[in-house]
Amino acid sequence: MKAALKKFGKGLATFFKGLGKSVATFASMIYGNKKAFAGAIILMLFVFLALFGRLIFPYDETTSFSQMYQSPSAEHILGTDGMGRDLFDMIIYGTRDVMSIAFMTALMTVGLGAVVGIVAGYAGGWTDKVIGVVLNVVMSLPTFPILLIMSMFITIKDNFTLAVILSIFSWPGLARAVRAQIISLKERDFIQICKVMGLSKAHIIFSELLPNIMSFVAINFISSMKNAITASVGMMTLGLALFEPTNWGGIIVNARNSGAFAIPAARLSIIAPIVTIMLFQIGAILFSNGLDEAFNPRLRKN
Amino acid sequence: MSNFGRKLKAFFYKTKYFWTKLLLTLLTMLIVTVLSFVLIKSLPGDVVHQYALNLQNTMKVPYEEAYETATRLLNYDPEQNIFSAFVSYLGGLMRGNLGQSMFLEDVTANTLIRDYLPWTLLVSSTSLFLSFIIGTGMGVRMARKRNGLTDTIMTGAITVTSSIPDYLLGVILLMYLGSVAGIFPTYGAYDLSSKGNFWQFLASILHHAALPIFTCTVAQIGGWALMAKGSAVSVLGDDYVNAAVIRGLPPRLIDRRYLKRNAMLPLITSLVINFAYLFGGSAVMESVFAYPGIGRAFTIYIGKRDYFVVQGLFVFLSFFIIIANLLADTVCGLLDPRIRER
Repeated sequence: MKAALKKFGKGLATFFKGLGKSVATFASMIYGNKKAFAGAIILMLFVFLALFGRLIFPYDETTSFSQMYQSPSAEHILGTDGMGRDLFDMIIYGTRDVMSIAFMTALMTVGLGAVVGIVAGYAGGWTDKVIGVVLNVVMSLPTFPILLIMSMFITIKDNFTLAVILSIFSWPGLARAVRAQIISLKERDFIQICKVMGLSKAHIIFSELLPNIMSFVAINFISSMKNAITASVGMMTLGLALFEPTNWGGIIVNARNSGAFAIPAARLSIIAPIVTIMLFQIGAILFSNGLDEAFNPRLRKN
Repeated sequence: MSNFGRKLKAFFYKTKYFWTKLLLTLLTMLIVTVLSFVLIKSLPGDVVHQYALNLQNTMKVPYEEAYETATRLLNYDPEQNIFSAFVSYLGGLMRGNLGQSMFLEDVTANTLIRDYLPWTLLVSSTSLFLSFIIGTGMGVRMARKRNGLTDTIMTGAITVTSSIPDYLLGVILLMYLGSVAGIFPTYGAYDLSSKGNFWQFLASILHHAALPIFTCTVAQIGGWALMAKGSAVSVLGDDYVNAAVIRGLPPRLIDRRYLKRNAMLPLITSLVINFAYLFGGSAVMESVFAYPGIGRAFTIYIGKRDYFVVQGLFVFLSFFIIIANLLADTVCGLLDPRIRER
């Protein structure tokens, strides 16, 4: 047991050493691809805003109806919402909320998907067969109706619950894709050589297989963040998830419910959050497409 | 006889792909049915009792008779043990009794499906086929003129359209074209006043469906275009296309006869699979447009906590998706032998 733990620790250490190296190559590859670079900058802007935005643009929560739906001015760059709060500050303040839902969902989806995929792909045999049937069944269940029904029994009050519900059905697809990648990698020469050399399983998994699927996992992480934002705002639109008033989806829903369609100055309360969501999504699309191009030689131009 | 046995064995082996798919489908259907039964089983115990009391008052019959009617209508008797309750639940489903509303006497899951599903099918199938035709056309063009101006512009446009969640595009269009400009109606599937005249009624239906169809089409074009582009690029590298170019065939003929046809094959399978999801997945879009489709009915009755109707709609939608998936898999397996080998 102790020896196995030691081996595992060693494997982990080589993994982190390898990770350092692959992060460096990763960064240079992103820098080399225009799309990936532009996407990375947009995504980093959002991460920065989620972490420090509240300090730079403090958000005044007090509501005053005399200030409602003001047009943009020097004081309020994007005007005010239906309760007289500064729209720009609200969007900045809500970034953390939106990003945390997206990040938690992506973490759970990718974590579960990658672990199950690697186990199924590497172990093979009966383990693989059983996991395969489970994945097939979960994937053929109608996701959206079940999500809706679950929301009837579970009140989604906090972001964590929302993230769990959003990731429950999104991991099997990723697990299947990771499994396929691992199976094709397993047949390649360098893994066969490792096996012949008698290297440990931990070494093969952590420092040979994982670095090879890292880009794939990263691309999926970003696109599941993107999907999580779409799905979470959708749940809020349907009134199936409670939301912070500063969440971008929340701003849209509140504005729509208070009749913003008919008030010219109020339309900004709908347009601005949508444009913000679009900006994030464009960043995510550029980043993952660029990464795909950089790591996938077939897609490279000429 | 042994010859027949061998033939039978060979037949099963040859069609192994379809049998596993069928088995998987039955397993999933069983899971869905069990899930929906668990849903009912987890309800507070006196739901049926309350409904029976209601019936007693409205129908003026003794309580025992009302209770008996209630268990028949709701497909569920909490006093039975779990196995016989499940069996009678299954029996009810087989007889086509999907679930009675607890609040409205003349509403059942069956009537909801009859009233709401046609609108969903109108919008989603029209937009699916429009986006498929436009998107694949774009994709093949992009593949032909790769890295040219058209390709760059189209790629940019696709990035923008796929960056906005479809229902938010709907919100924007509804706001400007519906509320502000007043060109399109903002809710419903038709004007009640137009119901007398057939042509007026048809025009009204199209008028109401135009915005949802447009939104769904725009939202789906990008996906089809990228898929078609990827498929067409791989076909472009094939020998027979190069041979056609060398033979000096006109580019338009090559596009139509060689490129489009072969690039289309893998897309047809996605089209079939996508068709299955038409029936359930449009709840958000229908709610944005206040369009009376099946997804909207589903969310409305979830909001009302009308458990038995929700359960019935859930079983119906799930079975539809699952069976359509089986059909899609079968069609794909017949069209493309490589899938069967996997």
